[in-house]
Amino acid sequence: MSADTHILLRQLIDGKLPDEHGFFGPFGGRFVPETLVPALERFERGARDALQDGAFKTELRQHQETWIGRPTPLMYAPRLSESWKAHVWLKREDLAHTGAHKINNALGQALIAKRIGAQHVVAETGAGQHGVATAAACARVGLPAIVYMGAKDVERQAPNVVRMRRMGAEVRPVTAGDATLRAAVDEAIRHWVGDPQGTHYILGSAVGPHPFPWIVREFQKVIGVESRTQMLEQAWKLPDIAVACVGGGSNAIGFFHGFLGDAHVELHGAEAGGIGPAVGQHAATMSGGTPGVLHGARSMLLQDGDGQVSNTHSVSAGLDYPAIGPEHALLAHVGRVKYHAVRDDEAITALDELCRLEGILPAAEPAHALALAKRLCEGRDDPTVLVNVCGRGDKDMPILTRLAEQEGQ
Amino acid sequence: MRAHEIISKAITDGREAHGVALVAYVTAGFPSMDAFPTILADACVHADVVEVGIPFSNPIADGGSLQETARQALKGGATMHKIMHVLRELDGTLAAPLLLMGYLNPLLAYGLDRLAGDAQAAGVHGVIVPDLPLEAIDMARSLTDAGLATIGMVSPVTSDERLKRIAERASGFVYAVTSVGVTGQQRSDQSQITGYLQKVRSAATIPVCAGFGIRSKQHVDALRGACDGVIVGSALMEAVGEGRAIGPILQGLR
Repeated sequence: MSADTHILLRQLIDGKLPDEHGFFGPFGGRFVPETLVPALERFERGARDALQDGAFKTELRQHQETWIGRPTPLMYAPRLSESWKAHVWLKREDLAHTGAHKINNALGQALIAKRIGAQHVVAETGAGQHGVATAAACARVGLPAIVYMGAKDVERQAPNVVRMRRMGAEVRPVTAGDATLRAAVDEAIRHWVGDPQGTHYILGSAVGPHPFPWIVREFQKVIGVESRTQMLEQAWKLPDIAVACVGGGSNAIGFFHGFLGDAHVELHGAEAGGIGPAVGQHAATMSGGTPGVLHGARSMLLQDGDGQVSNTHSVSAGLDYPAIGPEHALLAHVGRVKYHAVRDDEAITALDELCRLEGILPAAEPAHALALAKRLCEGRDDPTVLVNVCGRGDKDMPILTRLAEQEGQ
Repeated sequence: MRAHEIISKAITDGREAHGVALVAYVTAGFPSMDAFPTILADACVHADVVEVGIPFSNPIADGGSLQETARQALKGGATMHKIMHVLRELDGTLAAPLLLMGYLNPLLAYGLDRLAGDAQAAGVHGVIVPDLPLEAIDMARSLTDAGLATIGMVSPVTSDERLKRIAERASGFVYAVTSVGVTGQQRSDQSQITGYLQKVRSAATIPVCAGFGIRSKQHVDALRGACDGVIVGSALMEAVGEGRAIGPILQGLR
C-alpha cells in the first residue's frame, strides 16, 4: 500500500471522508445541473443538523426499534456451516420491516425531508425494495411519494408495485433507456430538477451527488455496528471474512463500515456477473468498469470508450446498475475491500441452498453474496464467515416461478 | 482575439443588429451523421452562435425532445471522435462560431486536455457542460488556458452570492436558465424572468443569454432588452425531427 492510499484509508476509518466537497479521494463530488445545487446544499445542512440533534436521534431510534424491528438478528447457520465446512453467520436484514435494509435509509431521509419542509418525496427503485421502503416511510411520516421504476422492473418485481400502491405511493413506470434502475434514476432526477424546492429526492443507494453517498452510509451503518457487536456477543470473535452484495452498494457500505478498522477482517463485495463478461451481459462495475461521471458522482462506471454508459444485465433488479457508490470505488482503490463478479446461475444456486438448508428465502441480491462467501470458504481451514442477507426473496417470486417453469418443475 | 472573446463579441454584435442575439442548439448526429453537416451549416447562417450538442446516454437535464435526439444520434453511431472529425472538415466554411454542449462524461472520455488542443481546428470556441458545477470548474482549466469559453450556467434558484461567483468564473457568456426544470418545458412567469435576468446581468461583465423553454417569436420578443441573447434548442430539434428545415424557423424567431 502506498503512502497516499494508506492516508486515505486512515481518513475513511476515522470518519473524515467525504471531504467538504463530497469527495472520497478521487471519487464522489457533486456533478449536477445548477438548479439542483441549492436543494443539495439545503439537504446537506438539514442532514448534518439532524444527525447532531439528540431529539432527532431519539426519534430515529424509537422508529428503528418499534417500527423497523431493530436490531435485526444475527443468526448462526448450522446446516449451511456443515455444507461449506465453515462457521457461517447471517445478518438478518431480511427481517427488517418491509423486507430489506432499504428501510434504514428511507426512514432516515423521510424524517429529514419532513424537517427541511419538503412537500413531497420522489424516489427511484430497482428491485422495488427501496420503493416499498420509501412508500412505507412516507406513509409513516405523512408525506406523499412518487416512485419511478423501470418498466422492465415493474414487470419482474410485480408484487412490490402492488405494495407501494397500497401504501399510497404513486408508481410511475419508466420506458426510456433500458427500462431498469438507471432510467428510473434519470427520471427521478428530472422530476427533482423540475421542483427542487418542494421535492425531496430519497435516493436509495450509496450513489449520486454529495451528500447522498454520505447520508445513505450514515443511515446504513447501523447494519455494521450491530453486526460487530452481535458477533462479539454470540461468536465471541469477529469474522475472518465478511461478505455483502453490491449494486450501488448501500447495504454493503453500511455493513463494511462496522469492520473497516478491523484489519484482520477480510471484506468482500459480490457484484452482478450476470450471464457473462461481455458488455451488456452483467453489471459488475468494479470488475469491468473505468472511472467516469454518472448521476452526479465520479466513480467506477460501465461505459464504452466514448463515455456512453453501457447497458447491464442481472437476474437481480437491485444489482442491475452500471455504476457503484464512490466510497466503494475508494475502498477498492485502497485495497480494503475486494470485489468479485458472481453470475446469475451461481446466485440462484446459492438462493436454493439457503432455502433448503436453513429455510430462508433470500432476495436474488444477497444470493450473490452467499455464492461468493461459499467460494471464499473453499480451501480455507474452518473459516468464520459473516454474510449480510440484506433482503428477503418474496419479491423475486415472478422470476423464480419462471425459472421453475424453465426447469420443468 | 481569443476564442471566448469571439463568442462574447458574436453575442454583442447579434444584439446590436437584431435587438437580441440568437443562439441555436443542434444535436450532433441527429437525425443522422450524414444529415448533420447541412443542418449545422444552416443553423450557422441564421444564428449568431451555434451550440453543437454531444449526445449522452443519460441526459438528466433534458426533456423528452432532446432525450430523443440524443438516443437517435447514438443509435446512428454519433461519437465524440466522429463529431470532431466532421467539425474539422467544416472548419472555415461555417458562418458562426461554435460551442460544444455536452454532459461531462463523454468529454472526460475524449479528454479535456485533448479537446483544448484540437478545439480550434474544429471551429470550437468553448464549452457548455450542464453537470460541471462551480466547485469542479478547475477540471476545465486546460480549456480556459487555451482561451476557450467556459459558459457558466445559472438558474432562478441560484443564490445571489453563488450567481456572483459563477458570473466571475464564466467566459463567453452567462447562460441564464429561465425555468426550473428540464429543457423544452414551459417557462416561468414573464415578470419573474425579467427581474431574474436583470439580476444576472448586473452580476456579469460578459453577455447574458437566456435559455430553456424558448419556443416562439413571442417568447423571443418578450426577452428583447432583458438579455443579450436567447438560446433555442428543443423547438428547433422538434422541427428537424419532423423533417422541416431550420433556416426559416430561425429567421422567424428574429
